[in-house]
Amino acid sequence: MKIILGNSHPQSLFAQKIEALSGQKLFACYQCGKCSSGCPMAESMDLLPNRVIREAQLNNGPVLMSCRAVWFCSSCFACSVRCPKGIDIARIMEAVRTLQMMDGKPITEQPSCEDTGTLPQIALVSHFRKFNV
Amino acid sequence: MPEGLRVGYFPGCTLKTDARDFESSALAVAGALGIEVAELGRWNCCGTVYSLDAVNLMPRLASVHNLIRAEEEGFSEIMTLCSMCYNTLKRTNNLFTSKNNGLAAINDFLCLKPGYSGRVKIYHFLEFLREKIKPEQVKDLVVRPLDSLAVAPYYGCLLLRPKEMAIDDPEKPEILTPFLSALGAKVIDFPLNNECCGAYQTAMHPEAVARRACRIISSAQSEGADMIAVSCPLCHYNLSALQGMVRSTHPGLKAMPIVYFTEIMAQAMELDYKTEVEAIPRDAEPGREAVK
Repeated sequence: MKIILGNSHPQSLFAQKIEALSGQKLFACYQCGKCSSGCPMAESMDLLPNRVIREAQLNNGPVLMSCRAVWFCSSCFACSVRCPKGIDIARIMEAVRTLQMMDGKPITEQPSCEDTGTLPQIALVSHFRKFNV
Repeated sequence: MPEGLRVGYFPGCTLKTDARDFESSALAVAGALGIEVAELGRWNCCGTVYSLDAVNLMPRLASVHNLIRAEEEGFSEIMTLCSMCYNTLKRTNNLFTSKNNGLAAINDFLCLKPGYSGRVKIYHFLEFLREKIKPEQVKDLVVRPLDSLAVAPYYGCLLLRPKEMAIDDPEKPEILTPFLSALGAKVIDFPLNNECCGAYQTAMHPEAVARRACRIISSAQSEGADMIAVSCPLCHYNLSALQGMVRSTHPGLKAMPIVYFTEIMAQAMELDYKTEVEAIPRDAEPGREAVK
């Protein structure tokens, strides 16, 4: 994979924000890839979960602030229960999503009116709870 | 039959609308097993998803209000039918009992005196059945055994993960097996029974969820399942309502009936409950007509 190193100290700003928001230790990750191999939504993601963590470790804000993968994470916690280092990866995905939302980018589209007629409440309410600040 | 089994019941939004079959069948089964299910006098949205933000406690308040009401109404145990309600309420409750808890901050914010104690125990109905009811009690009530049916239990995510929420082994769940066996059904174990159905992504990315549904249904079918038994209204919707979309891309996929586990229990016991679906058709090939 192509990795662009940021010119700031690896454990500076962006990584710190993600660690604070998620409560997880980013630098515990040694890139085994178990999270990505078991991720049910991986085929829809532009960056695999382990790559999201790697970019965060490298403090690569621009890549993470435009990545769409976090919007496909359905917080099923398969990665979290399987991580050999005990990292709750779903929380890291949520932290990146939160940072994107705080940045004010109109990332989430809304379900259309036609869709909302057939969706059960549980789908609509959880979608809005998850994907809106 | 055990005496005095009483539990508070938190329904949640979907059990009163799209998943009425689930509620009515579960209440009928509980009644037959001698469990007194008392719906909370007041309840609001469970919070739907547990916020993973480590800093902001605000998204937890919807759950906290329900827990406070349960305690005020005198319940030490409450039960949910929906897996999402179970997960959200229980994780919030754990926040009050963990070491780095948010108890003080939340009680202060809500100006509560003495405040919520964190002592209400949250059950999913399946967990409640396992702890309080023996499969033999279920077997004694079966009028129409499901001898010819191969039922694949599908557990999804939120009953099993994260680990501290798990009502069973997260990688090899079998909590439904003794109860389905008690009904006389053949229980089908399939490798994707604990994989995510795509959950709320169904609102924005139904095509991605349809791919999940396709894989889960194919996996169960290849193990010989006649139907899939679920315990969550969102799994039910994703696996049943999106089957049309799945078949447009995978025309070879046979229709798979998706039922709530309580529906087949109620029908095997021939209990009277409100439903629009005959989960187990009497005359047809087992299960084939039950797709909604």
